[in-house]
Amino acid sequence: MSGSSPTDRLIPDDTPAPSAAHADAEPGSDGAAHQVRVGRRGFLTGAGVALGAALAGAAGYGVARATDGSHSSTPASRSHAFEGPHQAGISTSVQEHLHFVALDVTTTDRDELISLLTQWTAAARSMMAGGSAGQYGPMDGPYDAPPQDTGEAYDLDAANLTITFGFGPTLFETADGTDRFGLSAQRPEALKDLPHFPGDTLLPERTGGDIAIQACADDPQVAVHAIRNLVRIAFGKATVRWSQLGYGKTSMTTRDAKTPRNLFGFKDGTANILADDAAALNEHVWVSGTDTGANDGWLAGGSYLIARRIRMTIETWDRSAMREQENVIGRTKQTGAPLSGGDEFTEPDFTLAGREGKPLIDVYSHVAMAHPSNNAGARLLRRGYNYTDGSDDLGRLDAGLFFIAYVRDPWRQYVPMQNAMAKNDLLSEYIRHTGSGIWAVPAGITSWTDGAFIGQELFRA
Amino acid sequence: MAISLLSRALFTSATLTVGALALTACTDNSAPAAEGKNSPTAITVSSTADACNLSTTSAPSGNLTFSVKNDGSDVTEFYLLAEDGLRIVSEIENIGPGISRDLVLTAKPGNYFTSCKPGMVGDGLRAKFTVTDSGANVEPTGEKADQIASAVTNYVAYVKDQSESLLTKTEQFTTAYVAGDDDQARSLYASTRVHWERIEPVAESFGDLDPEMDLREADLEEGQTWTGWHLLEKDLWAPTKEANGGAEYTPLTQDERKQYADKLLSDTQKLYDRTHSTDFAESVDASFIGNGAKGLLDEVATGKVTGEEEIWSHTDLWDFQANVDGARVAYEGLRDVVLASDSALAAELDKQFDAITTQLDQYRDGEGFVEYQTLTEAQVKELAAGVDALSEPLSKLTAAVVL
Repeated sequence: MSGSSPTDRLIPDDTPAPSAAHADAEPGSDGAAHQVRVGRRGFLTGAGVALGAALAGAAGYGVARATDGSHSSTPASRSHAFEGPHQAGISTSVQEHLHFVALDVTTTDRDELISLLTQWTAAARSMMAGGSAGQYGPMDGPYDAPPQDTGEAYDLDAANLTITFGFGPTLFETADGTDRFGLSAQRPEALKDLPHFPGDTLLPERTGGDIAIQACADDPQVAVHAIRNLVRIAFGKATVRWSQLGYGKTSMTTRDAKTPRNLFGFKDGTANILADDAAALNEHVWVSGTDTGANDGWLAGGSYLIARRIRMTIETWDRSAMREQENVIGRTKQTGAPLSGGDEFTEPDFTLAGREGKPLIDVYSHVAMAHPSNNAGARLLRRGYNYTDGSDDLGRLDAGLFFIAYVRDPWRQYVPMQNAMAKNDLLSEYIRHTGSGIWAVPAGITSWTDGAFIGQELFRA
Repeated sequence: MAISLLSRALFTSATLTVGALALTACTDNSAPAAEGKNSPTAITVSSTADACNLSTTSAPSGNLTFSVKNDGSDVTEFYLLAEDGLRIVSEIENIGPGISRDLVLTAKPGNYFTSCKPGMVGDGLRAKFTVTDSGANVEPTGEKADQIASAVTNYVAYVKDQSESLLTKTEQFTTAYVAGDDDQARSLYASTRVHWERIEPVAESFGDLDPEMDLREADLEEGQTWTGWHLLEKDLWAPTKEANGGAEYTPLTQDERKQYADKLLSDTQKLYDRTHSTDFAESVDASFIGNGAKGLLDEVATGKVTGEEEIWSHTDLWDFQANVDGARVAYEGLRDVVLASDSALAAELDKQFDAITTQLDQYRDGEGFVEYQTLTEAQVKELAAGVDALSEPLSKLTAAVVL
């Protein structure tokens, strides 16, 4: 699908190391984090944690293997810092691939949940730096034990991996009202199930989940490796409810990127909130902790994640005339310019009329329905991906858009817009929402200390 | 792999070779895939406030593509006019500033005028355009306008007729329903809706009536009042608790029955009145009929073949047949036009309409059809394949009949 040859990755020793540093503008990592960026070593060794004497030998072995230059010594230049005021993977420049998982927590022990979050956080931090999911490297550890890291990313760099955690409404209180972890008093008012939208055909097996983890990377194997290892860490404490692979990002958060196309063949995400637009991020994405409702003080610096699995009825779309396609979207297929004229980034003019005084952009076109001017100024940070899960029982492509949005207030920014679009958007005829979820995404960890975990503010609130 | 190659290459003719496909997959996807012998002649047009510049003023007969770019600041239009300067051979409207749009047509040898109309007013910026004889066989289109006019007349008459039957039968249905004669109402439900389903795109073109009359429960917004056919359907085929999302179904009261039956009847009357108005007759043209036929098959593909339309009564196959009926009538009206412009398409449509009819006939039961949920997975898949086989050529109908 991408332009690069798949054979690049089969012969790593002959492949020149990527030279361009992609280190992004997020707050820099501290010295310890920098150290673990070299190879897929176990994270305790790299972090320089004082180990018991019994472990010291094994740790040293891990270092030796990782620095012998024959396998994964490529500097992890394509990596994002874990530390920061916000979790990575939200305003971060959108990567090419996604693996998203929703889990249900099976333990009912609050300490065990905290322990899981702590292990996840440490593993995520290590993997984002190109390191191992475990304390040992993928090829290290006791010979009679299964490797702690599954190993399929051993020869791969971090590929700009980001791992983002979110907490669903049911973590705070189950559907039947059980407060398993003493959290129900901390559930933000805005963190509740989305309403039924017109035309929703949600499948229970693709909806909801106590915890969501979004892994994005420029190499699909790196994203899948991350989720696979995090799920493995959770066995006995949480089970997978559903997961979704995505490819071909359908939005961008950096200005220089070429706007990608969705599976309708149209450019998608043209008017997104960009990473360098701090004012817009503060206004539309980050929870301030004082303004959106009760119980969200612990969520300050976080955000709300909305995911919707939007199946496209590809076959009927493909049979629709170009006139219909452009009219439904409200933009030209080729350049993405609004039908009122200009280029992709020209603001649509919803009043410019053509023949018989009808506006060139249909009032029910997607661009009109989704535009902030028709939604009380509401904007979303979109981060969706195309998905294709093979074909269904009728031989039709099971494909569409795995829509992901980050917002400060779902009930003001997303719900009214989705209600209006589901009812009136011309596009509704060609799509079907089959999965859904909402999660509160805690703030990031600004400076690393051992034992820190994502969401710690919630459990200390 | 094949999918990504196909999606990137732009097909303009059936003469592509595998080699050409492989090459084009790596090149800019704005370029045509290959210059086969049937490729259209490309002519660029730049429309500005005071000029209409064409890359050439003559072209060989056959397929022509005018790529019209609006380089001005007003909305523009482009026309190809016949030698008399009056008859419109083909046109493209509503081109916003900076936008490009293609006009694709088959042109016979002769003298023409081209015209850009910036600001959509006046006679436009005209120039002579010559189509030379390339020897390509371009079908005569002499009676096309007459044929389309007759197709429009016939289709409007069909819509009026169906809306009249719908009104008559809806009266009978609602009378039985309000009287509490549920058996009678159930027996009339599907045979009444058939008239709705045959002209569904027409009803949908009146944006306000469709949601009042034909919404399914899943289509509702939270808190929205549900009215129309499917509300009564659910009441007549009351679901079990499990089928009702775990909640016991509460039947409508006698007052509610009357209220919703009256509303359905008065909405049906509105549909009747509107389809019998001159406004409606004037709004119908070849593309309305062609797109309506395609729209009916889309309805089958997304609602009926999956059993989602009639989830309580399971009478989806009645609707299926009615949608196909409506599409066939629309197509038959335009068939002469299609025969002249694309005889292979007409032959394919004849064949596929017959095939889907034969397929549906297997499931006839008495005056109607078996219930949807008695179909096996294999049978549903077979029907879906039949719908796809018909939908694909049917999606080309409009382009074949529009001037």
